[in-house]
Amino acid sequence: MFKELSILAVVVAFSLLTYWLVEPFAHSQMHAHIETKHFKYTDLPAITKTGNAVAGKELVMGAGACTGCHSIETAGMPAMMPAVDAAASYGVNPPDLSTAGALYDANFLVAMIKNPAHATNLDHKYPADGSKMHPMVAFYGAGGDMDQEVADMVAYLQSIAPKAEEVTPKVAFENACGRCHSMRYKNWTPIGEKGKFKYKKDELRFDASVLDYQDYVVKYMGKLPPDLSMYYRSRGEHFLETFIEDPQSHLKGTAMPRVGVTAESAEKVVEYLRDAADPKHAEREETGKNVMIYMIFFVLFAFLWKKEIWKKLH
Amino acid sequence: MAHFTKATSVKDWLNQRLAIEKVEKVMASEYWIPKNINFLWAMGMVLAITFGLLLVSGIFLLMYYQPNVETAFDSVNYTIMQEVGYGWLWRHVHAVAASVVFLIIYIHMLTGIYYGSYKKGREMIWISGMLLFVAFSAEAFSGYMLPWGQMSYWAGMVITNLFSAGSLELNGVVEWIRGDYVPGQAFLTRFFMLHVLLVPLAILALIGVHFAALRIPHVNNQDGEDIDFDVEAKKYLAGDTKGSKVIRFANDFMSKDMFVVSIFLVFFFYLVFWNYGFAMDPVNFDPADGLKTPAHIYPEWYFLWSYEILRPFSKDVGLIAFAFAQVIFVLLPFLDRSPNVKTANKRGLFGIWFWLLVIDMIVLTAMGKLPPQGIYSTIGFVAAIGFIGLWVILPFITAIEKKV
Ligand code: HEC
Ligand code: HEC
Ligand code: HEM
Repeated sequence: MFKELSILAVVVAFSLLTYWLVEPFAHSQMHAHIETKHFKYTDLPAITKTGNAVAGKELVMGAGACTGCHSIETAGMPAMMPAVDAAASYGVNPPDLSTAGALYDANFLVAMIKNPAHATNLDHKYPADGSKMHPMVAFYGAGGDMDQEVADMVAYLQSIAPKAEEVTPKVAFENACGRCHSMRYKNWTPIGEKGKFKYKKDELRFDASVLDYQDYVVKYMGKLPPDLSMYYRSRGEHFLETFIEDPQSHLKGTAMPRVGVTAESAEKVVEYLRDAADPKHAEREETGKNVMIYMIFFVLFAFLWKKEIWKKLH
Repeated sequence: MAHFTKATSVKDWLNQRLAIEKVEKVMASEYWIPKNINFLWAMGMVLAITFGLLLVSGIFLLMYYQPNVETAFDSVNYTIMQEVGYGWLWRHVHAVAASVVFLIIYIHMLTGIYYGSYKKGREMIWISGMLLFVAFSAEAFSGYMLPWGQMSYWAGMVITNLFSAGSLELNGVVEWIRGDYVPGQAFLTRFFMLHVLLVPLAILALIGVHFAALRIPHVNNQDGEDIDFDVEAKKYLAGDTKGSKVIRFANDFMSKDMFVVSIFLVFFFYLVFWNYGFAMDPVNFDPADGLKTPAHIYPEWYFLWSYEILRPFSKDVGLIAFAFAQVIFVLLPFLDRSPNVKTANKRGLFGIWFWLLVIDMIVLTAMGKLPPQGIYSTIGFVAAIGFIGLWVILPFITAIEKKV
């Protein structure tokens, strides 16, 4: 008995050593480790003024010109044109702003309004000499105190947004990532959810629109943003979190913007990605427990059987 | 002609036609196994069970898998993993079993080496075992192509490229294997065929040969003792079960096997449900993309040691070293010049040789995964030279080994 256990210890020790070398150790050597900064966006200046939502509404709908490009469905401002046409004009469909106040960090929103290229960490793509401009025009002030005006607009966006905890993972994903990325395991295309079609013709038309849209996005971004259906499994939670927080940290020079979501929204986006790639995780836990209980009994009975048989042999 | 009488029972009826009692004796109750063995001798049974798990889970996967470059990835990752009831379970079982089977094969092989179970009549067990290793490698590689992920594609590209034989530039051979210039539909369909038909058939046949090869020499034992099985079996059958050095395969040995198998299955299902990452490489959850080379291309962990023997050398030398590593284990019974059938630790230099081999293969395995830069490529190079060196000196150190 003691001898068998010592042999087992040797086998287990060598197996664990090999496992440690090819898994945790090798991966730590292959991928740079990036720490999350908890979605604080400390590189952006903190908001200093207290915003006035009423004044903000005037600006968003008027001088700020936001609704010239963005829809705000909850405020009764529908999209001006179909997604494909918007992409033809701007490279990508400007997202609906109904939930922006809840999804995005307030300091980030301020920075986004003042200088979208800088806020999204894309200064390398839009050089200071102005040779190439971000499709979202920066806000240069409506004649008053610009910091106050921007704070007002942010206050307005926050006032119409649902409470952060009411934003579902699906909405978080669709609003923050869905204008660029598709997610076929959730029937999501960058021009919206792909429903059921009665006629093949209509389905083909829809598919063609998606392709048209993607052509514009490729022209804008330089490459097609990948379908994110399986990214939870191919990249893992930690990568996704840190990548959403700042894509440049993993892919230096990438065209994907820093989207500026809050920690809570990022968590929801990741949850949705998990739901697409690994929807059976709860069932796996459950089944796993039951199988283990069964296996413990198997071990027990196997042990008793062995003891019984070997009584006559020892 | 045989003489048939009216059967007295179903058993008797079958007995007259199939000799089931005789078969049962030959295969089980009077198939004699030494008593002096430890749980490592149950690894063969663990392998057989794991192969069974692979077969059954594979049959379930086969019902939904689509061998088409357009649909293969989604048929696995969506249809099987998400839509089919418990499809995820079959896939996890299949993937984890495919990886764990190699862990057990390596333990089983090293057990054979440690106890000297490959000589004095056991050569054919060893050789058929090595053929099984080759067949399992082909099975694992062809199976890895099927989800048509990034690693499927690029591992397929890299490995089939080896057949151009370096400077000989036999690109025609590579194209012939792929059925195309690059891995594509023809490539996927033929690896599908290999994975679900030809290689499993070969494995089944080889398992038959492996078991048959065990019959005459019987399995070895912890002390390499040359047991007279006829005498000991008589003792057992006469009732002296405690004094006899042998036990029945069933149920004596079987009951111990099953206990070991049960412990193994606890470990196995723990991996299936909670720690499957090592067996399902994350990179393979990106769909195959012939235009985008992954940052790191590496094989599954069980091929890493031989991959690392290929990598640190120049192209041609690397291929020769790789070919050497593939065949050298088969020759073990003939390279070991000592007649001693004893545990390695009692065989002087051979004992050192054995542990150096184990450590060297672990080092190779680790370096095979790490990026080939700086100190890692130096260590990998030294370990690859070490591997070849160990096999070159084996005949010499065993030739001077004292008889024990
Ligand atoms: C404005 C368009 C845009 C938006 C919005 C966007 N992405 Fe991306 N994303 C891209 C592009 C373009 C790439 C390809 C980047 C590259 O390869 O350089 C990309 C790549 C990725 C990748 C792959 C990274 C890798 O390792 O290859 C992930 C994961 C990802 N995005 C997640 C997200 C998530 C999550 C969101 C929402 C929080 C999001 N993206 C929002 C454009 C976008
Ligand atoms: C000229 C058209 C235009 C105007 C005007 C405009 N935007 Fe945008 N906005 C865009 C486009 C295009 C994008 C998407 C850019 C991208 O993803 O690369 C965008 C993106 C955004 C985002 C998403 C940021 C992220 O990180 O995902 C927010 C929030 C936003 N705009 C708010 C505003 C506000 C508030 C205003 C008014 C002050 C405004 N926009 C005015 C075109 C516009
Ligand atoms: C998956 C494939 C394999 C199966 C199912 C299998 C099965 C078995 C079984 C049931 C036994 C008898 C019990 C035991 O000693 O463990 C055995 C013995 C043996 N096998 Fe395998 N085996 C496989 C692969 C291999 C490989 C790859 C090798 C190495 C070359 C190998 C070498 C041996 C040797 C040397 C023995 C005799 C052990 C002794 O006499 O003590 N087998 N195998």
